[in-house]
Amino acid sequence: MSAISAAERARLEQKFPEVFKTSFFKRHGLIVGIAAAALYLVFCWFFFNVGPALQNGKWDRASIYVQDWYSWRAQPRLRFGEDGAVTAQWSSRGQYPAGATIDWLTPHDDGSVTATFGSEADRLDISTTQVDVYINGEVWPVTITGDAAVAPEGVPAAIVQDRQKVIVDYGFEGQAEIRANQVAVQRRFLGWANFLYDTKSPLWGNDLFSSIGLMFSGDRVNPEMSNAQYVLNQWLNNQAWQHADILVKLFQTLVMAFVGTLMATLLAFPLAFFAARTITPNRTTNWMMKRFFDFIRSVDMLIWALFFTRGFGPGPIPGIAAIFFTDTGALGKVYAEALENVDDKQREGMKSVGASPASVNRYGVVPQVLPVFVSQSLYFWESNTRSATVIGAVGAGGIGLKLLESMGTNSDWDKVAYMVLLILLVVFLFDNMSTAIRQRLIGGTGH
Amino acid sequence: MADTTHSSTGLSPAGATLLQHYRSQVMTRRVYTILVVAGVLVALLAAMSYANSANSGKFFERLPYMFDFIKNFMPRDPLEIFRAMFGLESPYFDGSAKYDYTSSNIYLTDTIYIPNFIYQLIVTVNIAVVSTIIGGTFAFCLCFFAATNLVGAGAVRWVVRRIMEVMRAFPEIVIAGLLTAVLSIGPIAAIAAVSLHTVGALGKLFFEVVENADMKPDEGLKSVGASWLERVRYAIVPQVMPNFVSYGLLRMEINVRASTIIGAVGGGGIGEVFRLSIGRDYAAQTYAIIILLLVTIIAIDQFSGWLRGRLVGNASLNFGKASV
Repeated sequence: MSAISAAERARLEQKFPEVFKTSFFKRHGLIVGIAAAALYLVFCWFFFNVGPALQNGKWDRASIYVQDWYSWRAQPRLRFGEDGAVTAQWSSRGQYPAGATIDWLTPHDDGSVTATFGSEADRLDISTTQVDVYINGEVWPVTITGDAAVAPEGVPAAIVQDRQKVIVDYGFEGQAEIRANQVAVQRRFLGWANFLYDTKSPLWGNDLFSSIGLMFSGDRVNPEMSNAQYVLNQWLNNQAWQHADILVKLFQTLVMAFVGTLMATLLAFPLAFFAARTITPNRTTNWMMKRFFDFIRSVDMLIWALFFTRGFGPGPIPGIAAIFFTDTGALGKVYAEALENVDDKQREGMKSVGASPASVNRYGVVPQVLPVFVSQSLYFWESNTRSATVIGAVGAGGIGLKLLESMGTNSDWDKVAYMVLLILLVVFLFDNMSTAIRQRLIGGTGH
Repeated sequence: MADTTHSSTGLSPAGATLLQHYRSQVMTRRVYTILVVAGVLVALLAAMSYANSANSGKFFERLPYMFDFIKNFMPRDPLEIFRAMFGLESPYFDGSAKYDYTSSNIYLTDTIYIPNFIYQLIVTVNIAVVSTIIGGTFAFCLCFFAATNLVGAGAVRWVVRRIMEVMRAFPEIVIAGLLTAVLSIGPIAAIAAVSLHTVGALGKLFFEVVENADMKPDEGLKSVGASWLERVRYAIVPQVMPNFVSYGLLRMEINVRASTIIGAVGGGGIGEVFRLSIGRDYAAQTYAIIILLLVTIIAIDQFSGWLRGRLVGNASLNFGKASV
């Protein structure tokens, strides 16, 4: 194709000015917008002190916290006794019942203890006078003097002498801190410890399959109830994981979202008819109703939640009230907009046969808007299932508060992960459920 | 509607059968409707009574306290609210934090200062804006890989959509809590939490917009041999950009609220100040914050509504959908 002549070009420019002479905003708007956003982000970097905050962050702790999500730590203190025996001491949160045989912690007849870290090549032979540190099969004897543990010369990087103690690092498998009077062992395993039964339960040590086997086997473990009931009972009453409590709190959160949204729907439905200018031809009523919706919608959900928590005490009621107030406003606004967009033909048809105003709305308006209303309410229900968690954390109770408490201890991250999984599961379930209902109501994939 | 007063006498046999079928269908439909409504109402009542029994105070027992609380939760004089709002000294100041409105003010120079509450509000609004920008950017980059008309219905779409779903459903307080434990209390935790949720929420809206885009420009570019990236850039992006910006603005409105709430559980900003002041019964300060928040939220809603109206007609937007 040949090049366009100058005259032709001039003619084209003349004919299509909107193509060749666009406004500055249209030509450079994107670049200007991106530059402004970037500048703003730089400003916020300094405004929020991001740099120093990141620098001062406890990132070593962060990796421990994240590992705690999917693994657990056994933390015995191996104390050196006067008589030359090494005894393991567990904290109250210990994961083994008293007297249990632990496969990675073997006591010997002479009082010494062997702790293995994944394999025989990585282990500690601990006696009160000397700790033999095996790393990849090589042995490094750490001698215990009166007031210090001393590592030998030329040790690998995994062994570090820190003043009077020696720290041995086995990576993910764990670490050990050798002192003059004890060895603090930290041993990490994949998975969640004692998820099924706590250490006080007679069923401790059963895994999932043996539990299911027990449920269907003939002999009753506890004469008072069937095995299935007993297994369930022991699982729910697991003190370490508090399954019963967590499930109840999760249920409370769901109740909050359900009742709050449904009550908001029931109230917003009639009010929206007063707010819609096509239905109620009274400008003052419309205006007042709409400002009322705006007001209760704009008062933050947090404000309602804290306000009602002060009034009713912690629990689902303040959560319900907060969702109810905010969503009455939000749903009322959406409903009123839907009502103002209805097709007038059906109403005119009803009016033309002399129907009463109530009938006009019942048969001329409601059938048109009902699917939209229900679908909007379902959207709000979905989103409220999520916000109820946060509202709960502020003081309304439910799983949110439980999450906040567990995070506050900084040692229950496995429980946090468990609750997050439950929440994700429930949210997905509800999403799919409400999508299915919506699709049946309005057909197709929605809007 | 079905109540036709004429009996079927005037109808042909075929017409009578039709009417009979119509009536029986209406009947079935009504029965189902009644059953569903009754089921929902029963569930509602059961849930309400459960909520009542699970609460630490019962509804009707606590209702009088609620009214007492509202009645007694009054500042000593109405002007106190404005003194608290603008960080002016209170005549009732007795050394207690309740009437101390001045000591937290941020002084820019010796005489010019930003009142504490307004400063906290600025922090919260900035958290929302930053989160919207960061979340929107990532959502923008991800959404094209989740749209069926651009990547097909294969593994890429599945993975990207699941990532978005998890980001949407992941409880914000957990992210905020984890980062608070690492970085100590501050706005970074709130920004991260709100941004992550924004990626998921906006990503979903964005890819739905992309899927509804007109594919003719794309075909035109394809016919002249443009690469996938060029097609997205010149065929899709110009079409969807107004809707994207409009959804982004809507998200910003929601994020202002979200960052207030996250603030109350460890993100700093006005949410935290509010939680403390209502918890300690500082009436004047509480009302000052409520008024400030209300004004800010209404102002932001109005501004973004106006801007959205200029970008695209309001009709194409769906409020409820965006709030998910």
